[in-house]
Amino acid sequence: MKNFIDNKHLKQLEDEAIFILREAAAQFEKPVILFSGGKDSIVLVHLALKAFWPAKFPFPLLHIDTGHNFEETLVFRDELVKELECTLYVAYVQDSIDKGRVIEEKGFNVSRNKLQTVTLLDFIEENKIDCAIGGGRRDEEKARAKERIFSHRDEFGQWDPKNQRPELWNIFNGRKNPEEHFRVFPISNWTELDVWQYIYQENIKLPSLYFTHKRKAFNREGVWLAWAPFMKLKDGEEIVELDFRCRTIGDITCTGLTLSQADTLEDIIAEIAASRITERGGRADDKRSEAAMEDRKKEGYF
Amino acid sequence: MDKIQGKGLLRFTTAGSVDDGKSTLIGRLLYDSKSIFEDQLESISKFSKKKGSNEIDLSLLTDGLRAEREQGITIDVAYRYFATPKRKFIIADTPGHIQYTRNMVTGASTADVAVILIDVRNGVTEQSIRHTYIAKLLDLKYIIYCVNKMDLLNYRQDVFENVKTEIEKLSLKLNVKNYSIIPISAKYGDNVVSKSKKMEWFVGDNLLELLENIEIQENSQNSLTRFPVQYVVRPNNDKFHDFRGYAGRLSGGKLTVGQEVYILPSMHKTKIKEIVKYQNYLESASDGDSIIITLEDDIDISRGDLIIPINELPNISKEIMATICWFNEKALQLKVKYLLRMQTAETKVVIDEMIYKIDINNLDKNYETKSLSMNDIGLIKIRTANYIYYDDYLSNHVTGSFIIVDKNTNETVAAGMIQSF
Repeated sequence: MKNFIDNKHLKQLEDEAIFILREAAAQFEKPVILFSGGKDSIVLVHLALKAFWPAKFPFPLLHIDTGHNFEETLVFRDELVKELECTLYVAYVQDSIDKGRVIEEKGFNVSRNKLQTVTLLDFIEENKIDCAIGGGRRDEEKARAKERIFSHRDEFGQWDPKNQRPELWNIFNGRKNPEEHFRVFPISNWTELDVWQYIYQENIKLPSLYFTHKRKAFNREGVWLAWAPFMKLKDGEEIVELDFRCRTIGDITCTGLTLSQADTLEDIIAEIAASRITERGGRADDKRSEAAMEDRKKEGYF
Repeated sequence: MDKIQGKGLLRFTTAGSVDDGKSTLIGRLLYDSKSIFEDQLESISKFSKKKGSNEIDLSLLTDGLRAEREQGITIDVAYRYFATPKRKFIIADTPGHIQYTRNMVTGASTADVAVILIDVRNGVTEQSIRHTYIAKLLDLKYIIYCVNKMDLLNYRQDVFENVKTEIEKLSLKLNVKNYSIIPISAKYGDNVVSKSKKMEWFVGDNLLELLENIEIQENSQNSLTRFPVQYVVRPNNDKFHDFRGYAGRLSGGKLTVGQEVYILPSMHKTKIKEIVKYQNYLESASDGDSIIITLEDDIDISRGDLIIPINELPNISKEIMATICWFNEKALQLKVKYLLRMQTAETKVVIDEMIYKIDINNLDKNYETKSLSMNDIGLIKIRTANYIYYDDYLSNHVTGSFIIVDKNTNETVAAGMIQSF
């Protein structure tokens, strides 16, 4: 198989990520790891495990639950938490809706993806979280390409792309005022392929969703979406059952499925190496406008 | 699965003036190395059409933020990724305007190699001098000069040779030893990832070949062995009841179990007991390794302390000289307290003296200046509240570099490279 390089770069990326995780532990009082059940956050947890062994990693996990989950993700999450004996916080978007903090979208492309931001920021404020460690990568999307590894958020949780702190060498400036917080991205410099190669190298367990399985789905504007009882179908859209896998996992309403027979990590790596669209190409949330991600990030999205 | 012997990561920074075609070159590298996906292409071809262009504008691939896409300029450092079967690359893409010196310094601080673009029609300009100076200041290991837009002058060898002579003079003046010069056309891909058919006269490697094959000794500049303590690991569980480990990333040489070390600032002498990396006990560790060290003796050690081999003492002082680049809109103030932050250590400082400011367009030194404004570079004398342990930047990038933080705004206002007296 061409396109498959040996692991020297993975060691370099791992050493860097571990260094960043330890900086987060050293510089902040109440850091959390944002855990979505997706592969990037699973890799993050694995790196945290490696960074602090034989001690436990000093971060609870925080899951922002949209209520529109793939069932498999929740099962996986709970098993992982049990196995690692770590603390899990769950903040529910439904609670934000019930409290009137956010209003559910209407129409066909209803998604709670955007509402998550309010739930996250409320949780951060109420619990005085000063650092949220995320699995964001700079190769994911163009607005992320300029993201810092230590990314400052003001007291409203906002990101100002034009006023970011310069980041030099491996010196990370996490100083801030009370009420402000940081987002820290230890795998900033990893690409999608790096993540998969690392999962393969380290033999990291993943939710079954990433591998081929039969699923009921429908096609909307070229994107395959999983069918769930709360999804409304438009005229002409029909539910079919085919072999799919997820390339990313997010809110079920906006996670595009990939038609695939890949049932091993080797197959997945081969599929990605040959792939001609980006993983976020299947994410309906990014397609809303040319600068969709940038706008959400400014408000305090992940 | 076939594995090809890889060369690990190569980080390079790109510098060029506004119209030197830097974004096009990066777009070309990504496109020709097949790192561009269909949906990205679709998105930029849509945007190219909106701007009234029929050809796909590859520079749009790298213009990230909305303001940039609208104004057509790059305003910050952006990071790009691509890989070939031989190597993974990280590009720190920095804009070329004069007012963005600080961005190039930022991009260069994590890079091994600088790719500097020169428009063949203009030859070496003030900006080329500035870019070379910054690459040299940050101690990058290699510079590749891409003489671009050869297509506009019919790929003529004589014009290229003239520019090449200018570059050689510049390199001599700035003492740049490791460099290459390649004639390219970023727009049409000549000598970018494949040999140009239009420039048969050029016998050297094309840009990608060069990037793939450059041997960068990882931190070859770091001849000294330094282990700044990041974090103290204490498991507090039954199995590892007495475990007390010091986490950090080794910089420079090598540490071995049993080796005698000093702990700074206490100057305690002890031996390395274990080197731990997640369930593995290693015999030794080398440059770049993120590890945990345990020691033979029970010594009080905390973040910011430094573990070093006993025969490799650093400088210890309350006064340092450094070349700094100023980053902030608010100019440098003498006699005002700032925070100096090294990789893990931190202390209050006062900038006592401005020695000179560099005019980065002709590299003249101005000894009259009393301050530095945003994007200025100069040599200063700093007094620190506590003793610091440091090296000359050229001896070790980790213990020779720092940032200055404004205590009131918490902003990073400057970056510095320490010079030994």
